[in-house]
Amino acid sequence: MAEHRIVFEPEDRYHAFLTVCKNATYGSGTLAGIAVAVKDNISTKGIETTCASKILKGYIPPYDAHVVSLLKQSGAAIAGKTNMDEFGMGTTTENSAFGPTLNPCDPTRVPGGSSGGSAAAVAAGMVQMALGTDTGGSIRCPAAFCGIVGLKPTYGRVSRYGLIAYANSLEQIGPMAKNVADVSRLMQVIAGYDCRDTTSYDHPYTQTPDADITGLKIGIPQEYFGAGVDPKVAAVVKNAIARLEELGATTVPCSIPSMEYALAAYYVICTSEASSNLARFDGVRYGHAADTKKSWHDAFREVRRAGFGTEVRRRIMLGTFALSSGYYGKYYAKAQIARENVKKDVTRILSEVDVIAGPTMPTIAFKLGEKSDPLSMYLSDILTVPANLAGIPAISVPCGMVNQMPVGLQIMGRSFEDERVVDVAYAYEQAVKQ
Amino acid sequence: MVTEKDVEHIAGLADIGINTEELGTFTGQFNAILDYFDVLDRVQGDGVITRDLSNVMREDEVSPSLLLEDVLKNAGAHEDGFIKAPRVM
Amino acid sequence: MTENQVIVGLEVHCQLDTKSKLFCGCSTDYRSDGPNTHVCPVCLGLPGSMPVLNKKAIEYAMRVAKAFNCTVIRESEFSRKNYFYPDLDKAYQITQYDKPLAEGGYLEIEADEAREKRVQLTRIHVEEDPGRLVHMGNAERGKYSLVDYNRAGIPLIEIVSEPDMRSPKEARKFLNKLRATLEYLGVFDSEKEGSLRVDANISLSGSERVEIKNITSYKGVEKALTFEVTRQKNLLRRGLKVDRETRHYLEAQGITQSSRSKEQEHDYRYFPEPDLRPIHVQSWVKDIILPELPDARRERFIAQYGCSLNHARTLTGGLRLANFFEKTVTSDPKGLSTLAATWIADTLIGELNYRSMSIDALDPDSITVLVLLLKRDAITDKSGIEVLRVMLDQHLNKQPCEAPQAIVTRLNLAKTAGDTGALEVVIQEVISENPKAVDDYNAGRNGALNFLVGQAMKKTRGRSDPGELNRKIVEKLGNTEV
Repeated sequence: MAEHRIVFEPEDRYHAFLTVCKNATYGSGTLAGIAVAVKDNISTKGIETTCASKILKGYIPPYDAHVVSLLKQSGAAIAGKTNMDEFGMGTTTENSAFGPTLNPCDPTRVPGGSSGGSAAAVAAGMVQMALGTDTGGSIRCPAAFCGIVGLKPTYGRVSRYGLIAYANSLEQIGPMAKNVADVSRLMQVIAGYDCRDTTSYDHPYTQTPDADITGLKIGIPQEYFGAGVDPKVAAVVKNAIARLEELGATTVPCSIPSMEYALAAYYVICTSEASSNLARFDGVRYGHAADTKKSWHDAFREVRRAGFGTEVRRRIMLGTFALSSGYYGKYYAKAQIARENVKKDVTRILSEVDVIAGPTMPTIAFKLGEKSDPLSMYLSDILTVPANLAGIPAISVPCGMVNQMPVGLQIMGRSFEDERVVDVAYAYEQAVKQ
Repeated sequence: MVTEKDVEHIAGLADIGINTEELGTFTGQFNAILDYFDVLDRVQGDGVITRDLSNVMREDEVSPSLLLEDVLKNAGAHEDGFIKAPRVM
Repeated sequence: MTENQVIVGLEVHCQLDTKSKLFCGCSTDYRSDGPNTHVCPVCLGLPGSMPVLNKKAIEYAMRVAKAFNCTVIRESEFSRKNYFYPDLDKAYQITQYDKPLAEGGYLEIEADEAREKRVQLTRIHVEEDPGRLVHMGNAERGKYSLVDYNRAGIPLIEIVSEPDMRSPKEARKFLNKLRATLEYLGVFDSEKEGSLRVDANISLSGSERVEIKNITSYKGVEKALTFEVTRQKNLLRRGLKVDRETRHYLEAQGITQSSRSKEQEHDYRYFPEPDLRPIHVQSWVKDIILPELPDARRERFIAQYGCSLNHARTLTGGLRLANFFEKTVTSDPKGLSTLAATWIADTLIGELNYRSMSIDALDPDSITVLVLLLKRDAITDKSGIEVLRVMLDQHLNKQPCEAPQAIVTRLNLAKTAGDTGALEVVIQEVISENPKAVDDYNAGRNGALNFLVGQAMKKTRGRSDPGELNRKIVEKLGNTEV
């Protein structure tokens, strides 16, 4: 039972939080007294949950997401709800309806997205740990851009019950913290079976990170170091991988041919699922209220036009189009085949090596307002989406700087080998500490 | 290649509401993205999706429902326990 | 096919009688409770909620598939049907699209030409019910809708037939057989309001097909189709074409009306439900043990109780009715069956329908007693009907219910057959009071005898047996000296 309270009144210079719980209660357990920030697309009973959208302003869930219940059971204090790209749609947190979050490393730059608020809260030291969500890189990208650690678990390892869905078949809730040990601690609390999530597996995570990686085989995909990746970023990551070799690992060059269409497949699938998931926001049962004096279609359209931002409306339309009669075969059906091919490529490589390594993002954090063209924004997800398509675990750990901005090293592993992926990140982190 | 009319039709299907000012820009961006999606035409495969879990079901047991006040709390308008909605023809 | 041959296909939605909803644990017993008291984050469509499939619903649907000889497919899956409507809490209905639970199969009905006929089925699948809308307001105050989500998420089985029916009557028979079978399988309660909804497709051969959506009563289906046949034939007779369209049935007026055109073609953008796993249940089929179904029970009633085909058909037409009959005769099947079958099928059902009463309101024992009274000749048929009506009315008006014998005594309905003396007096009176009739009878007019019997019945207030009176009067008149 929660008996204690923390006083949480951070100076939020980076607009990391949308809601701050000033007197958060906490109980006993492995995370007793630790302030944990929760991304605002995760349902928290009695605390406003908006997905950084006007359409959910004022929505107060009458129930806790499964991971929130687990946090409470472990004694953590829910410090507040963090800013994000509206409904998880974005790579910079600039798509929030309530203003962007700034990167604590350089406030003229974006913190990454869509879990930018959680990353900033951790990077700025406001909280020790945070929960983010990752559909196409939304934990790993901000972790890389803000210089912290972020893990996207194996699909199904963490319950999605209570996560306001963007793309059901791709997303996972995951831990974010300044160091690998804390990420591992938080993962232990949130991983595990939930009977309310039919896509969840009975695979608890109980692990203290182990820095011994002697004999580890690391695959280096050529596509992760090719055109489209900033050479300076590539160089920093190559150094980091060299460090891993010094620790006893061996590298093996490899190729993921399906990378050619992985991003297209990702955007077709996620926008299709999103177009369906977001259709329920009609202002009747919750959210931005519908005008009951209008006719149904007029009121419905009005609620959505006023409540959804431009990027959200764009993705809903893309998804509607991809699923529409006459186009389903060309887009959605093809994207599912493409996804299978990505899975096959990745499985093949991971049968010859233990993990795959490369940069998390092709560049360092952009300047605020720098990326205004949607397609060029989508292209920056190219290195993160394969892990979501294949459902495999992937972690980003800071591995150096370019132009004084952090660069992330991404480690991907076999399904349900989140522990190994964490170990590799830990090994690197401990090695460079000295 | 989609036209502004096509984009309007999709917006109608999705009941999403775009302003006329947005229409031109939207259509341009839409086309750029769809052009990028064309790479999917080259995808080859037998279409067999690997499924690992199946038959995930629960027993037919009743569990408590929400209290009426919690149901109505987030609703824009309600009357006698019903949730109010705009009229359907 | 003959010209203007009627062609009918039906899509029947029945609520499966599970305890909890299809994708959540909310109770399905919502009818006597206030609106929105049987909802949870899942069936209310709250963001972040997720469906979990109710195993019982699949088991029930599989029983139906086996009973109708359908093929359960190897891999079945749920899909989202996307459209926007206030009673649809998620703005999509979780249903089955390209991978339904079962395909093919058939139902046997008694066709119009009184022979057995097979109506083929296309498919059977499972889906969730949407909520319920109530339309309020008026032109001045402003119109709006009220929504109750208690019904949202109730499991439905959808049974689609091939267009094999050739008349509204055959459609009704199909529905009756379907309903009875589902009751026998224990998966459906036909007495629950709104538990069955039908979409009917009808065309005259060579013309366009018309769809009539959302008919909610059994009688309504036959009436709506009958109206449509007439409407379509009239159009053709006047040289006009039948439009391909969707109509709805107005129960009160007994007519169908064109639905105000919403979007002509709905694009539901079906795709597989990503929050649910596929179902592989072909292997379950062999372990399903079917109970005795209507056809088998009908044959057994004929063999075991000596019922006529018609009586057997009627008595096995509903599960409650069939069970009631068997309970009524269980103490002495040989002795009671014939009379009980006649009384229940030919009289009781009619009296119940007239009062819109369910047979469950009655205790089978009370009918057993009534039948015994009739069998022993203690009361006449006419009195029997009177007793029955009193019993039913007492149930209906929630008055204390008397046993049949008590009613007989109270209303003095016992046959005077035993009291020969009193009867003699009555007959003597009738003969003396009606000399002309006596003369007519003696002159050979048998109609006069019936008249005399009638007069005697009047005097005994219907408590005498007309057959016995007839015999005694004839005897008496034969002895009378002219």
